[in-house]
Amino acid sequence: MNKIRIFLWITIILFLQILVLNNINFSQHINPYLYISFIFLFPLTKNRFIFLTAAFFYGLILDFFSDTGGIHTASLVFVAFFRLYFIKLFFRKNNIDYLLFDLHSEAFGQVFNYVVTITIIHHFILFSLDNFSFNNINIVLLNTLYSSIFTLVLYFLGSYILRKKQPR
Amino acid sequence: MQQLIYFIQKYRYFLFFLFLELIAFQLIINNLNFHNSKFINSASSITGDFYKKTNSIRDYFQLDIENKELLNENLILKNKLERLSQKIDTVAVTKIFEKTNASQRYSYLQGRIEKNQFRNNYNFLTINLGKKDSITPEMGVINSKGILGIVENVLHRYSRVRSILNKSSKINAKLKNSNYFGTLTWDGFDYNITQLLDIPRQAKLKVGDTIITGGMSSIFPEGIPIGSIDTIVNGVSIKRVINIKLFNDMSSLKNIYVVKDFDKQQLMNLEKTENE
Repeated sequence: MNKIRIFLWITIILFLQILVLNNINFSQHINPYLYISFIFLFPLTKNRFIFLTAAFFYGLILDFFSDTGGIHTASLVFVAFFRLYFIKLFFRKNNIDYLLFDLHSEAFGQVFNYVVTITIIHHFILFSLDNFSFNNINIVLLNTLYSSIFTLVLYFLGSYILRKKQPR
Repeated sequence: MQQLIYFIQKYRYFLFFLFLELIAFQLIINNLNFHNSKFINSASSITGDFYKKTNSIRDYFQLDIENKELLNENLILKNKLERLSQKIDTVAVTKIFEKTNASQRYSYLQGRIEKNQFRNNYNFLTINLGKKDSITPEMGVINSKGILGIVENVLHRYSRVRSILNKSSKINAKLKNSNYFGTLTWDGFDYNITQLLDIPRQAKLKVGDTIITGGMSSIFPEGIPIGSIDTIVNGVSIKRVINIKLFNDMSSLKNIYVVKDFDKQQLMNLEKTENE
């Protein structure tokens, strides 16, 4: 049941990204990339092949629709691979805890650090690949900063509202 | 051998990760080249149909603006026709027409944009014309206000257009009041402003001068408007950059025309002939 709900949410976020969020273009370049919540929603498993493959195809669909070659794929697979290291770093979890791991039940401070780190890394790689040169590095950094803030506000607002709806 | 298997087993996730990243980078690099970007693009029939459906909803709310734009274009064309018919009326011109046996060189196909993009550094448009409408790569795409891009990939029902807002597109352009020509490029910052390079130093420029297509290639006919000079950045001799404000608002586009050149094959054959 829980898995179906996660799958539904991931699909909804995908369509939201393609149809709405890709067209926001706030002051030309700033866009939220809410699809990063794929990384946070996908359940933790010991076998990471499924997760990496899913991240690859998720990014590929996004690239398909937004004509960006493979930049979403590359950045999403990158953070997907390093997700476990950040979980170990911020939450101090072992292989045994993966099954019961849930972001909602963790302390907000740790969740905040984890989400912010992954989002900023993802956005930085995304904009560097989009730029594809070292010339406009200041623009890449500015875009990363503004878009990360946009994404994070949306993500935390969304997760806060949805948590209220399903009381534990 | 055992060690190798052990190595692969130990780093199997990392190797898989590298493999996926390699594919992604291959796609990115393919997308940057002009003729290689075949695999991932929004001109495929799945994504094309998807954008078509969502557009049909969006269109309904923009009918008013669209109608006004079309009326404006009609007005311009009517005025042109009136001027032309007056010219043809005089005897001298009719003779010239008969002599050269003037035949039509360009024809226009009407289409619509299914997906518009202007935010990235390498932007592409998807249009609802394809092989079934006898579209081929390297045809120009324009609308009533100016040029938009060049067709790049053609599938059965949709094709992908390399927008002028793409860092790797280069288009021949010239000044309207003189024949100095240069290359139109984009630096990726502002979607209303493109850059004109390689204009000779002796060309006299003023802010507000109109820039039109040069007609040096068989992609665009000569004289299609592009924009007006916004600022002139003087650098070291050849590095002079002219910022051009586009007449088109690239963020709201709908109806387009694809330019078909009947003489394209002839011109290409002519260029192929070797020097002796």
